[in-house]
Amino acid sequence: MKVYLDHNATTPLDPEVLTAMMPYLAERFGNPNSLHTWGRESRQAMDRARATVARALGATDRDSIVFTSGGTESDNLALLGVAAARAGDGRHVVVSAVEHHAVLNAASHLSRQGFEATLLRVDSQGLLEPDEVRRAIRRDTILVSLMHSNNETGVLFPIASVGRICQERGVTFHTDAVQSFGKIPLDVETLHVDLLSVSGHKLHGPKGIGALFIRRGTRMQPLLFGGTQERSRRAGTEHVAAAVGLARATELSLQDQEGAASRMAALRDRLEDGLMAALPGVLRNGHPTERLPHTTNLAFAGVEAESLILALDLAGVGVSSGAACSSGSLEPSHVLSAMGLARERVMGSVRFSLGRTTTGEEIERVVEVLPEIVERMRRVSAARMPAAGVPA
Amino acid sequence: MMPPQGGPGTVVVAMSGGVDSAVAAALLVRQGIPVVGITLRIWPSVRAADPAQRFDSCCSPRAVEDARDVAEMLGIPYYVLNYEAEFDREVIRYFADAYLAGETPNPCVPCNSRLKFGSLFTRARGWGATRVATGHYAHVEYHPATGRYRLRRAADPRKDQSYFLYDLTQDQLAAALFPVGHLSKEETRRLAGEMGMAVAGKPDSQEICFVPGDYRTYLRERVGAAIHPGTIRDTAGTIRGQHQGLAFFTVGQRRGLGIANRSPLYVVDLDPARNEVIVGEDGDLWTHELEVDRVNLIAAERLDGSQRVLAKLRYAQAAAPATATALAGGRLRLSFDEPQRAVAPGQAAVFYDASEPDLVVGGGTICRRERTPIPPGGSECRARNTNGIDPEET
Repeated sequence: MKVYLDHNATTPLDPEVLTAMMPYLAERFGNPNSLHTWGRESRQAMDRARATVARALGATDRDSIVFTSGGTESDNLALLGVAAARAGDGRHVVVSAVEHHAVLNAASHLSRQGFEATLLRVDSQGLLEPDEVRRAIRRDTILVSLMHSNNETGVLFPIASVGRICQERGVTFHTDAVQSFGKIPLDVETLHVDLLSVSGHKLHGPKGIGALFIRRGTRMQPLLFGGTQERSRRAGTEHVAAAVGLARATELSLQDQEGAASRMAALRDRLEDGLMAALPGVLRNGHPTERLPHTTNLAFAGVEAESLILALDLAGVGVSSGAACSSGSLEPSHVLSAMGLARERVMGSVRFSLGRTTTGEEIERVVEVLPEIVERMRRVSAARMPAAGVPA
Repeated sequence: MMPPQGGPGTVVVAMSGGVDSAVAAALLVRQGIPVVGITLRIWPSVRAADPAQRFDSCCSPRAVEDARDVAEMLGIPYYVLNYEAEFDREVIRYFADAYLAGETPNPCVPCNSRLKFGSLFTRARGWGATRVATGHYAHVEYHPATGRYRLRRAADPRKDQSYFLYDLTQDQLAAALFPVGHLSKEETRRLAGEMGMAVAGKPDSQEICFVPGDYRTYLRERVGAAIHPGTIRDTAGTIRGQHQGLAFFTVGQRRGLGIANRSPLYVVDLDPARNEVIVGEDGDLWTHELEVDRVNLIAAERLDGSQRVLAKLRYAQAAAPATATALAGGRLRLSFDEPQRAVAPGQAAVFYDASEPDLVVGGGTICRRERTPIPPGGSECRARNTNGIDPEET
């Protein structure tokens, strides 16, 4: 039995999404920018997809949605686009230390372009105080970017409160909602965000598609120049099939969002309880309740995550940790490090992310095989290194 | 489908990206053995100033691509492990510390005993695997009469790498597999070619895989602050000049001294206590006798009294007949029949059985010999910088 518990990395394409996409990969090939029947057909599909995504985010204006190639492009467009357009107002941006690399590295790119970036700390549970943002905002602050939920721990940030602060201070506010979208309700009005990133493949949609919500009136410059597609905010012929896929995935995720969330949360709790009952030295990373329903991050004392992930893979269980570097090996998680966790704990932490198709049987399988593997790993490393902090 | 790998009998193959470990993995797969391929990522993930230089060496990003291609072809699971910190701690620091102490290190030795057959072996057992294979040219066999795992030279004497493996313990040898040990390099390449491996024609890796060019430049960048200029003296004690740091010299070195003399001058000793380079003439480089510490014996549990051996004092050197005598404190004296030239402290001395020249008896690290007469019973090897490494650890 194979068990995939890495849905925060990517999810399988829902067959219904594929069905919705198929016509646009085959006979409906028109360029949405063409005047003729073929083009019109594709244009209509784009409009419907746009409206679906807008509605799902509580946006009244369909044109507030720009389709992109994914979460990374959405984040880059938000940060670099706002910075370019508002450089005259100031050159200071605020992000948190636990953002996705798409945001962190865009911010560090800006800091090499004459901008200043403030990195906000989080507490040991991964939480962020809205007041931290209030204190970080200066007269020259033009943009705050904070993730809606953390991809590694699932911890939620107080986006609505921060949104109000940014609104008061006239600072553009972006949130990376890639992990939240489709899992929990999102509403751009109650969140008070100007920009919000989503990605298709995290909610059983296709890869290569994402979207950025851009509130009307937000000053932005495009990253890509060319035709007038996406109202000149993102040039290039649209990936119609993928946009249709993202829209269908969005609809499906909304059909029973609450039910799916509570099922996943119950399975996640079963996973945590089962592992903690079977093994000593298991700690949860991140706040126990202020988090997404489908993600848990656990530290296994005396075990290296890299080695555990490999052993689990050999046993047919797919999980992950930290960020993979280009070679495929692991780097220590910047998220857990920013939470101030000890290095050994960071190096021994594994992320389990469930999907709406995850079954109780699959969770039981993990609860069965993982403790055996961890015990074996602890046994052999204890024999080698008596000093290696293995719990008694 | 569930991979068969991971259970008892599984072999973890350390794949460097080169042809030898690729063929080693392939030969095991051919035998129907469940194989897991591993590359140890030893270079920093954030590229240094000159990425091009390191990009093609062993275990570099390019090597990962090559190893991954081979693993894909063989249909085996393949993983890259982050060994940056461990390689730094176990190999690079040892390498730098040895040079700073006036010794000539052999980084391949700890890389084998502490990483590939050390922590990788430990991890492998954690995954449920029982053995570790590499692309080394050497043999391991179980010898029932002594109850020991023995190490033998490879079939191809030109490629024999038993010299770099002398430090393996019995537990490590029991788990070690060298599937290409019975092949010649040409046969390995031919097999790789027949199997359609792109790495078949890949050049052999350099001896010091993590040093892109001149090791001196590397040391300057890494431990430059610990390298201090000092005095060059001759064997009579006369000051002959200044040197830029002990770390830049090896016993037997002739170049880079910058001293005019009637006959050629060589480095004959490096004195870390005084930070002095001692130079002399060719005749000062020859010695009959040397001491070895941190000895690891393979063929027998201990050496009783004296034993005739064939000893090798560097990799690219023929073994020379000598008598090995056990000393106190796990040390050992090698007395050669013929004098040996330019014996460099820090290098490995590996000794083979005199009557069975392909059988590794054991090996150790060559000690610096004080240039004062050796007191009866042999000199004490000076305290070595062991980098905090506990010899019990492996």
